[in-house]
Amino acid sequence: MIAIVDYKMGNLRSVENALRRLGADFTVTADADVIRRADKVLLPGVGNAAEAMENLRAAGLVEVIRSLRQPVLGICVGMQVMCRHSEEGDVDCLGIFDARVKRFLPLPEVKVPHMGWNKIGNLETKLFKDLEGGSYVYFVHSYYPELCPDTIATATHGVMFSAALKYENFYGTQFHPEKSGDVGERIIANFLQL
Amino acid sequence: MVAKRIIPCLDVKEGRTVKGVNFVDLRDVGDAVELGQHYARAGADELVYLDISATREGRNTFTRLVERIADGINIPFTVGGGISSLDDAARLLDAGADKISINSAAIASPSLIDSIAARYGSQFVVVAIDAKCMEDGVWRATTHGGSRPTDKELFSWAHEAQERGAGEILFTSMNHDGTRAGYPCDTFARLSEEITIPIIASGGAGSVKDIADVLTLGRADAALAASIFHFGEITVQELKQELKQMNIDVRL
Repeated sequence: MIAIVDYKMGNLRSVENALRRLGADFTVTADADVIRRADKVLLPGVGNAAEAMENLRAAGLVEVIRSLRQPVLGICVGMQVMCRHSEEGDVDCLGIFDARVKRFLPLPEVKVPHMGWNKIGNLETKLFKDLEGGSYVYFVHSYYPELCPDTIATATHGVMFSAALKYENFYGTQFHPEKSGDVGERIIANFLQL
Repeated sequence: MVAKRIIPCLDVKEGRTVKGVNFVDLRDVGDAVELGQHYARAGADELVYLDISATREGRNTFTRLVERIADGINIPFTVGGGISSLDDAARLLDAGADKISINSAAIASPSLIDSIAARYGSQFVVVAIDAKCMEDGVWRATTHGGSRPTDKELFSWAHEAQERGAGEILFTSMNHDGTRAGYPCDTFARLSEEITIPIIASGGAGSVKDIADVLTLGRADAALAASIFHFGEITVQELKQELKQMNIDVRL
């Protein structure tokens, strides 16, 4: 059973649909026991990092998430809250990944939000099994996690940043695998096989 | 670098897509999910579904359709048409839309942008502007298919929409829409200088070169097109291959 953590950060429907298309067994929950017992945990999230931290705290899930030992995948803001700190709301986050989350500075050819399909490179770990560097995935974000020792994929939008992170059993993607076509489905399938 | 996006736009009336030819691999070209999957397979980067239903029943049918689209399509999609309140936005978000596009409702009530963006994030809000270059040379936002100019000037309105929380601007020149004579690239380029959020170009494409021009000279981030795809003149894949040959960064 896969637990999709519902902490009131945006719509979970696209993540549910992606798991359904892959035939995975999942439940949407904020129940700490259900999350602890799940084989895998997905932490999606769209919106503001400070609000996401606040919601995790309000749901009593901060220590629950930190103490998980099964594979965990954070997506977008779900990944950002697993970092050390976010400039969005100047908030301390879960501190699982050794990265700070910073805001993109707009430049003439660097629109903010970073929205659309971009290439990922320097792919490491089984999360990217069967995928080549240069694969396109879908991003929508104005804040990015910096490069750090936990980086397992990079992308460039004005600056090079962490497109994905891993620390022990925790994984995170800044892009949206659930919206990234066949490449995204491969990544989710790889996560389910960890 | 983020790739330039190609976005087919599908008109939906009473739950059925209209304006489409019979693609060989489709059983039912009027089925919005099937047509959307066809475009996704052909390499579309996103899809836009525009509800042109005039009735309440049509709107309700559209919401149910959005649920099916969200279920069946693995790329992002935007829905637009008749969205005039936070409740409308919430209903479509719950149905699974990745973004909504608002147009005349934002002109009538600009704070709608703030309230939707504050609740669901900027990435969810596309502000569509149908603008027309008036006789005095000023580009004005219009409503009712270009027939009614408003007091909003294109560049200041786009800037205001950005400040209020829009995540993208979808700009259609009503002077060019339907002409198939190309886009006003100078106007697009200026818009790109005035705002920092992505710009989607719409209305006027008659050829690959028109689309290439608006993505390069016009510095647009994405091009939205309807008729050139629906009438089978060029496939999304062929278009992207030609753009690639012109050294435009697209996802293939």
